[in-house]
Amino acid sequence: MAEKIRITTPLTEEASRKLKAGDSVLISGVIYSARDAAHKVMTEALARGEKLPIDWHNQIVYYLGPTPAKPGNPIGSCGPTTAGRMDAYTPTMLEQGIKGMIGKGSREPEVIESMKKNGATYFAAVGGAAAFISKSVKKYEVIAYPELGPEALAALTVEDFPAIVVIDSEGNNFYEIGQKPYRRL
Amino acid sequence: MRTIQVEQITEAVAQMCKEAAYYLPEDVYQALKKGRETEESPVGRDVLDQIIKNAEIAKAEDRPICQDTGMTIVFLEVGQDLHIEGGSLNDAINAGVAKGYTEGYLRKSVVAEPLFDRKNTQNNTPAIIYTQMVPGDKLKIEIEPKGFGSENKSDIKMLVPADGVEGVKKAVMDIILHASCNPCPPMVVGVGIGGTMDKAAYYSKRALLRPLTVRNEHPKYAQLEKDLLDMINKTGIGPQLGGTTSALAVNIEWGPTHIAGLPVAVTICCHATRHSKRVL
Ligand code: SF4
Repeated sequence: MAEKIRITTPLTEEASRKLKAGDSVLISGVIYSARDAAHKVMTEALARGEKLPIDWHNQIVYYLGPTPAKPGNPIGSCGPTTAGRMDAYTPTMLEQGIKGMIGKGSREPEVIESMKKNGATYFAAVGGAAAFISKSVKKYEVIAYPELGPEALAALTVEDFPAIVVIDSEGNNFYEIGQKPYRRL
Repeated sequence: MRTIQVEQITEAVAQMCKEAAYYLPEDVYQALKKGRETEESPVGRDVLDQIIKNAEIAKAEDRPICQDTGMTIVFLEVGQDLHIEGGSLNDAINAGVAKGYTEGYLRKSVVAEPLFDRKNTQNNTPAIIYTQMVPGDKLKIEIEPKGFGSENKSDIKMLVPADGVEGVKKAVMDIILHASCNPCPPMVVGVGIGGTMDKAAYYSKRALLRPLTVRNEHPKYAQLEKDLLDMINKTGIGPQLGGTTSALAVNIEWGPTHIAGLPVAVTICCHATRHSKRVL
């Protein structure tokens, strides 16, 4: 495997546009977790013309609903959730300035179009590797919507969080590229 | 007539929920290691390394293997000579699930009503409970916490008898190709054939309890399991980002059906194929 690329947040459009499908990365800095319910609340707030609890400009969103933290740990197990469930909200959220998304699984063409336009990158973390991934999380802090429980909007301080670029800002899709050489049906 | 108290059942279920969440069954772990040896894609090998490491950390530190600790499916075999005392069996099971998910720091992922409110019940109940009466005076409990990343890719096809074996293969492969990288492969595929629409789905869930090293007792179904596994591993899906380890096993369970029907249900499970068993 090629060398892993270290990236730190905030992620600028320029840095995002340099990443290519298939690149392995280690992310450090602050990333924000939000999944279905938080996305719904945020897009509804935007539709009403309200401000969001954080400025998403140059930020990375992690689609995550962790297990509760055991005493003494910053977070419980925290692997990625299926990104496709966020697709309906994603173009709206990308317009807010998000430059990176971490999840698992495929995305809709409208999302990829919006990623190209906004210079955003979609990373996959290994689905189910939740205990392993938790080792890279140093801090977990709920920022908004605590009533949503594991779906609350939270800030995670991460160090060398392992991920792979699956869809880059040009729309190249590693799910397709990676499967092709091994398809023998 | 043997008597057991409901508290004993609750306690057993609570422990089993935790065990299932933390400890990947040994056969699944070994299958992952075997997959790592034969995986052709370098990215695929990296993914498998993470998944194997993950299982080891989870076991050593009593941490959930996955943040989706699932909806709890419970399969019961109740001996008809057993007397359960102190309350209802279903309540005892649900109390055990609530206790296990709370004590074990597992994620509570169940909503009380599916469409309008979707309010979290805050204790992962109710469980999906299947109860079967059997001879004897024992209570066998099997727990299958089912994550929904993979569950959402499960499906059922109502074939007709003329579709035959080729039809079954096509139905299963259509479902697998549609699921692709989404259900956290390498997958374990439970296939239910026969019964009614719902019974086939039940068989496909039960099939996930069988060790991955044990093939169907019926040689023709065993062959079909092998053929399907081979086909799935040729899709290129691999361990999430392409490769040759798309599935670890295909387990088929079958049962009698109607002269006009051939139901085929596929429950897709992720590499986090978790379950635990106890006999009281
Ligand atoms: S599909 Fe399985 S491994 Fe993936 S997130 Fe869901 S429960 Fe975890």
